Amino acid sequence: MSKPSKPQCFQDLILTLQEYWAGQGCLVLQPYDMEMGAGTFHTATTLRALGPKPWYAAYVQPSRRPKDGRYGENPMRLQHYYQFQAILKPSPPDILERYLGSLEAIGIDTSVHDIRFVEDDWESPTLGAWGLGWEVWCDGMEITQFTYFQQVGGIEVDLVAGEITYGLERLAMYLFDKKSIFDLPFNSPDSEVPLLYRDVFLQNEREQSAYNFEHADTDMLFRHFADAEKECARMIERKLPLPAYEQCIKASHTFNLLDARGVISVTERQSYILRVRDLAKACCEAWLATQVAQVEKVAA
Amino acid sequence: MAELLLEVRSEEIPARMQTRAADDLKRLVADGLKAAGLAFTDARAFATPRRLSLVVDGLPAARPDVSEERRGPRVGAPDNAIQGFLKGAGLSSLDQAEKRDTGKGEFWFAVLKKKGGPTADALPGVIDAALKALPWPKSMKWGSSTMQWVRPLQGIVALFDGKVLPGQIEPGGQMAPVTFGDTTRGHRFLSKGEIKVTGFADYVAKLEAAHVVLDPAQRKKIILDGAHKLTGEVQVTLKSDEGLLEEVAGLVEWPVPMLGTIDAAFMDVPAEVLTVSMRVHLRHFVTTKPDGALANRFVVVANNVARDGGKTIVEGNERVLRARLADAKFFWDLDRKTRLEERLPALQGIVFHARLGTQAERVQRIAALATAVADFVPGADKAQVMMAAELCKADLVSGVVGEFPELQGIMGRYYALHEKLPAAVADAIGDHYAPAGPNDRCPSAPVSMSVALADKLDALTSFWSIGEKPTGSRDPYALRRAALGVIRIVVENKLRLPLARFFKEADLLDFFAERLKVQMRDKGVRHDVIDAVLALGNEDDLVRLLARVEALQSFLGTDAGKNLLTGYGRAANIVRAEERKDKTLAARIASVPDVALLELAEEKAVASALAEVERTVKPALQQENFSGAMQALAELRAPIDAFFDKVTVNVQDRPDLRLNRLKLLNQIRATMDGVADFSKIEG
Repeated sequence: MSKPSKPQCFQDLILTLQEYWAGQGCLVLQPYDMEMGAGTFHTATTLRALGPKPWYAAYVQPSRRPKDGRYGENPMRLQHYYQFQAILKPSPPDILERYLGSLEAIGIDTSVHDIRFVEDDWESPTLGAWGLGWEVWCDGMEITQFTYFQQVGGIEVDLVAGEITYGLERLAMYLFDKKSIFDLPFNSPDSEVPLLYRDVFLQNEREQSAYNFEHADTDMLFRHFADAEKECARMIERKLPLPAYEQCIKASHTFNLLDARGVISVTERQSYILRVRDLAKACCEAWLATQVAQVEKVAA
Repeated sequence: MAELLLEVRSEEIPARMQTRAADDLKRLVADGLKAAGLAFTDARAFATPRRLSLVVDGLPAARPDVSEERRGPRVGAPDNAIQGFLKGAGLSSLDQAEKRDTGKGEFWFAVLKKKGGPTADALPGVIDAALKALPWPKSMKWGSSTMQWVRPLQGIVALFDGKVLPGQIEPGGQMAPVTFGDTTRGHRFLSKGEIKVTGFADYVAKLEAAHVVLDPAQRKKIILDGAHKLTGEVQVTLKSDEGLLEEVAGLVEWPVPMLGTIDAAFMDVPAEVLTVSMRVHLRHFVTTKPDGALANRFVVVANNVARDGGKTIVEGNERVLRARLADAKFFWDLDRKTRLEERLPALQGIVFHARLGTQAERVQRIAALATAVADFVPGADKAQVMMAAELCKADLVSGVVGEFPELQGIMGRYYALHEKLPAAVADAIGDHYAPAGPNDRCPSAPVSMSVALADKLDALTSFWSIGEKPTGSRDPYALRRAALGVIRIVVENKLRLPLARFFKEADLLDFFAERLKVQMRDKGVRHDVIDAVLALGNEDDLVRLLARVEALQSFLGTDAGKNLLTGYGRAANIVRAEERKDKTLAARIASVPDVALLELAEEKAVASALAEVERTVKPALQQENFSGAMQALAELRAPIDAFFDKVTVNVQDRPDLRLNRLKLLNQIRATMDGVADFSKIEG
């Protein structure tokens, strides 16, 4: 296989990572078609991390953190951004070497850079999940979050998944030496129509920030939260963990919007997080039951 | 004599866990060796980010056969005793035991023989047990493993006398066993392939050649020497930071210090902000100019010998630092556009504790306390105390503190100075969390002391009021530290603060007393002496209390003090013994002795000495002349000694004399107890 050339723009970075992880035997999936706070919420990570079946996958996930919106005025913060995620379950013994290979692939030459693994324990209160791992630093900048999943939905995992999450914008700023996300070349600068990140997303940041902070109808959002919570529970009863989990994702994002609107007090905040966690836990348990049942069927 | 070399290699171990883990490995293996009857001369453990290593020197090549004797029950003892003896010694019948006459009768003896053998046979078990028992603060599974380690386990070197020990660790699941071997790996980027080692010296040398410095102390030295050289060349001084040095030494196997430059645009941001940002986010060491101010150079320690001499690494670090500082500067600039007073409403939105309301409510309580405390702080300007107390928490809602919570207080001071508030107010805002511990600086300016005391007293009384008191090792709200803070501010500044005036809870004063004892013990003050003074009760003026303690402790160090204490003990013992026999006695001997019944010269002398002491001690105590009070007490010594030499207290045929003498003894006790409760003093 010919080595892909060093990426020249944002989309090259995505394509290179996809090609690299495909070469490592991963499925290359598409983003989950719902609003979520991070790539971890994708069923390909949260649910697939559970159960006895091996699973290798990689995908880009558009991620939304309503509170991080800055109306497009902060060069380093967005309410909508991209994560690239690779998940390898069970984690192979050479997973770190494979990860370092991905850095070489995107043009980070480890003979001139300083790569460091700095302790970072990951925890998602809403997913009831935690793992141990590192922030990976390149010359002092965090370029990746690396986690060995230990628990998801409050359930201890059967096989440990290694989760590798690249913050794409930040990584691209580093690779292309840009001070602002909005200055990143999105497609090739040599294209007939060269476009920057700002051309694609600046207006979106402005409008969505206004929505998140000022205009979102909070009564409606509270209703949506309650509805999603109810629907999730109903689907759990019907033993349909996947539709149930989508309602859980919906509740989680709705909570994030309410939080950004500043209508949830500090004490209530904790109780909302616990409500989402209860949903996630129920979904994970229901999903795990289907997985174990499938494995037992095969064995029988 | 032979050497054991053990290396346990894994993916990157968190820096903060390495030292402890190396010590634990050494301890566990050493304990295992001792339990196996294997003596050794020396054991040393080391850690790098990717390995824990241990070398044990001076082990014997083989263990000799050993025999151990156990004495059992007497011959003819009951059957259950015999059976217990046989079971304990692992014998099946008395045929395997011996009868011996010990001179005190015939006893059963068991002679247990332990087979020796090659040391190498015992070591794998010792290593296996040590690795399984090693306690990581946090550990994990990986792949399909069922065992836990800090991060995935990758390899084990186990050599005894140059030969590989048989053995392996089974991670479980579908995972291949990690077999004991003689190969390791070097630096993650600067070394390729496996390295075969034959013993510790060879191991250290080959690791070094493979760009791994095994000894953390050596890595620290390389970092410091390199950093001093680099900073010296540009006439700046490395700021000493032991905690950061320790951490950085745990992040690198091959430290390469490099010098970077802080962009001039950020040099007007407060030094504390720059320092925290560099230290926390980037693990950069800061440097200072000859005048002590922050210099524009930093030291970063890379874990790589870069092909370009480090140019890319330094530029990368400078770039990341620029982005970080741009963030910090953005907040610093923004924060200064809002006056501290304007931030106060936002404190209503911050919950201090679910049951104790918001930070705004806490600030009100602190302000009320601070002005009340200020009455007892000489030179405290009440208006300034009020202002500082009201503003002391305002920086919690500033941008910089939002990013760097550890800069609370420090930033408030900067914003206050920026607003041109009085310096005493700004300093009080900056100082009010101090002292943060026994070694932290203690506020000494009047306004600062008032607010710092109020901050801590409020925390103590508030948490006390909802029953959140520290228990055992649980002290989530750092109330012991708060009490110690109060004690330090009061004592070190000799403030005459009547503590009890500031709270209702009686047991809070006891809590202070406990903390005071702990703190004073570290300074060589006897806890029983403190108890003797505390027993007087109702003393909430710590300065006065300690003056009395000091006078008493030095008095007890003199001959007069020691003898008087003995006399007191005899008097008190006699009275106590008699009181036990006769429940009505205590009431009958509470009055002063009848002068007419004082027959002997010795008892008259004690009575007049007591009268003299009563006359001189009271004013001395009132004037807080505690050493004077002790001197007055010392006058009792000679008459009391003479009294016990010559006078019989329990005269058989003269109940009137007996009662009067008991009154005299009781009066000795009462008079001395007025100065301190001498019954608390330990011999």
